[in-house]
Amino acid sequence: MSSTYLVKGVSVLGAEPTDLLIRDGIVASVGGARDAQVIDAAGLVALPGLVDLHTHLREPGREDAETVETGSRAAALGGYTAVCAMANTSPVADTAGVVEQVWRLGREAGLVDVQPIGAVTVGLAGERLAELGAMADSAAKVRIFSDDGHCVSDARLMRRALEYVKAFDGVIAQHAEEPRLTEGAQMHEGEVSARLGLTGWPAVAEEAIIARDALLAGHVGARLHVCHVSTAGSVDVIRQAKAAGVRVTAEVTPHHLLLTDERATSYDPVFKVNPPLRTQADVAALRAGLAEGLIDIVATDHAPHAVEDKECEWAYARPGMLGLETALSIVLDVLGPQWDLIADRMSRAPARIAGLSEHGHTPAPGAPATFTLVDPAARWEVDPTGSASRSRNTPYAGMTLPGRIVATFLRGEPTVLDGKATK
Amino acid sequence: MIKHLLSAADLDAEHATLVLDTAAELANLSSREVKKLPTLRGRTVVNLFYEDSTRTRISFEAAAKRLSADVINFSAKGSSVSKGESLKDTALTLQAMGADAVVVRHPASGAPHRLAQWVDGSVVNAGDGTHEHPTQALLDAYTMRSRLGRLAGLHVAIVGDVLHSRVARSNVLLLTTLGAKVTVVGPPTLIPVDVGPALSPDLRVSYDLDAVLPEVDVVMMLRVQRERMNDSYFPSTREYARRYGLDVARMRRLPEHAIVMHPGPMVRGMEITPEVADSARSTIVEQVTNGVSVRMAVLYLLLGGK
Repeated sequence: MSSTYLVKGVSVLGAEPTDLLIRDGIVASVGGARDAQVIDAAGLVALPGLVDLHTHLREPGREDAETVETGSRAAALGGYTAVCAMANTSPVADTAGVVEQVWRLGREAGLVDVQPIGAVTVGLAGERLAELGAMADSAAKVRIFSDDGHCVSDARLMRRALEYVKAFDGVIAQHAEEPRLTEGAQMHEGEVSARLGLTGWPAVAEEAIIARDALLAGHVGARLHVCHVSTAGSVDVIRQAKAAGVRVTAEVTPHHLLLTDERATSYDPVFKVNPPLRTQADVAALRAGLAEGLIDIVATDHAPHAVEDKECEWAYARPGMLGLETALSIVLDVLGPQWDLIADRMSRAPARIAGLSEHGHTPAPGAPATFTLVDPAARWEVDPTGSASRSRNTPYAGMTLPGRIVATFLRGEPTVLDGKATK
Repeated sequence: MIKHLLSAADLDAEHATLVLDTAAELANLSSREVKKLPTLRGRTVVNLFYEDSTRTRISFEAAAKRLSADVINFSAKGSSVSKGESLKDTALTLQAMGADAVVVRHPASGAPHRLAQWVDGSVVNAGDGTHEHPTQALLDAYTMRSRLGRLAGLHVAIVGDVLHSRVARSNVLLLTTLGAKVTVVGPPTLIPVDVGPALSPDLRVSYDLDAVLPEVDVVMMLRVQRERMNDSYFPSTREYARRYGLDVARMRRLPEHAIVMHPGPMVRGMEITPEVADSARSTIVEQVTNGVSVRMAVLYLLLGGK
């Protein structure tokens, strides 16, 4: 049933060109490939399939903004083979029933592995724990729990959550935002917010929670993952936590690696996101932290929104931006062609944190044929109407970015060929 | 001339001075028996008010009518907006009606900027959220210039809730453009973080009103909402008034020639005492009169009077 492919002349992680034979879902040794479909990969770079630890697929509840299927297609076109679907759907993914529904929708779409994330607290309300064990034991095998969009701000509840999920090697992914410091906040607090008259979101609201959580995780010997780190101060806090031996991992989004709060000057809410775009100094610290490994991974925080939720006044708009189809290009732009580093930050490390053992493997004989092919020489202009996502809220419209995904394989089957989704 | 007036920063010194000079010419009109010019005949000015502001709306309405424009008042209450119409759809509606200028007051910072992206006519910001109120700054500058004879070299203290004040932002930008020296004064909780680099490198910040008063030519008091104390910006209205309110004793610290301004509406007993508000130094009523002339000048210049 499954086809055989011969990927010719591909550079695996930037190494000398080689051929890859794809058969029965794995990378086989070349030879005896008479019936293989040949893919001319001269000039292309092979990376392990990208893994996104932070994706909003909006289903169930806001299928007008995105569905599991449309989000999966955008992911595959961005070089992803697995995405972790955030829990802030409607209803919230706080029960085994909802996470299994999302997991099943992902399987039906069949474009990427959709790994549901479970809510930490019932209804994301921050009051009592959701049935974390039931979600872990469900068909969705949930290991990451997050109230993303909301911070688990109650210190005792956070401590309990960190402790509780140790029983099944779970991890709490924290949206670090002290809510009392960000009431009504619209953008980064600083020079630009002072000029624009928009309520500020101070960096300390993020840094204080990361520091607290790192201490809690150290105290109870639990794993902590920090979502969308956005400030230079946060990088310093994480540096200290790691030096102290705390089991903490952290992610940064492509937009926080590229864009700054100056973008708000247009009052176009396509640049409104939570945590907000920060300053150039923060961008520089995040880039350095990512290169150094203090920040373990790049995660998109892909957040589709319907047109009416963005074509309005800044204060009334929902925060969030698309990211799946542009992430690799942004990271390539920021880090340059350091393919092994990119593979680590966008595939190996996120697969390890999420416990996705079938992902994050460099395509070589014996490995799962779950990888993506990038044309590093291609440059393309971002056109919101060309997105596979159901939404259009990309902050990169009109920008020319390097690197284009040519093909993506999931367990030996192409999900993208010639830059187009296969289904 | 510029197309929209969204921020006081849209005006360089030359254009700002042109507005003030034009306002001075137009002010002569109000002493005439027939207070009307045919300049904007056949043009349509829409007052689009998402917030109640009788004084600003009436001021713009009088300005437009004295220039013979057709004026449409569109208030959010009881309109399509209260039925859930978006700003963009409202903008397209106004566009279809052929509005030459839209004067907008809105509770969200930046709403006039959004509007300007959706309509072909000129957009005048009549106050947006906690951002700006450029025509207020123009009328304040006009008032200072007519009282004190100049703007360059004046020292102006802006006192109170700078953080939430659109009047303060526009005034700092315009006054520094015109060569005045500005000090913002208030409790640190009500002064924005990084306000200096944000608005003007020459802006000074002080937390001590008594120290500033003897050095200034103008003291501009900002309205302070009582509810702010519920968010711990200050402990009580009494303490606020004691530390930052302008009473008679404090007024005596001002130089002889210095004037007292307030954009209104005042909270008497909070930031200003009745004796000060009603004193000879106070320009509060004059500011209202000057508002009409300045807004006439803005509409005249934006709509191609020159």
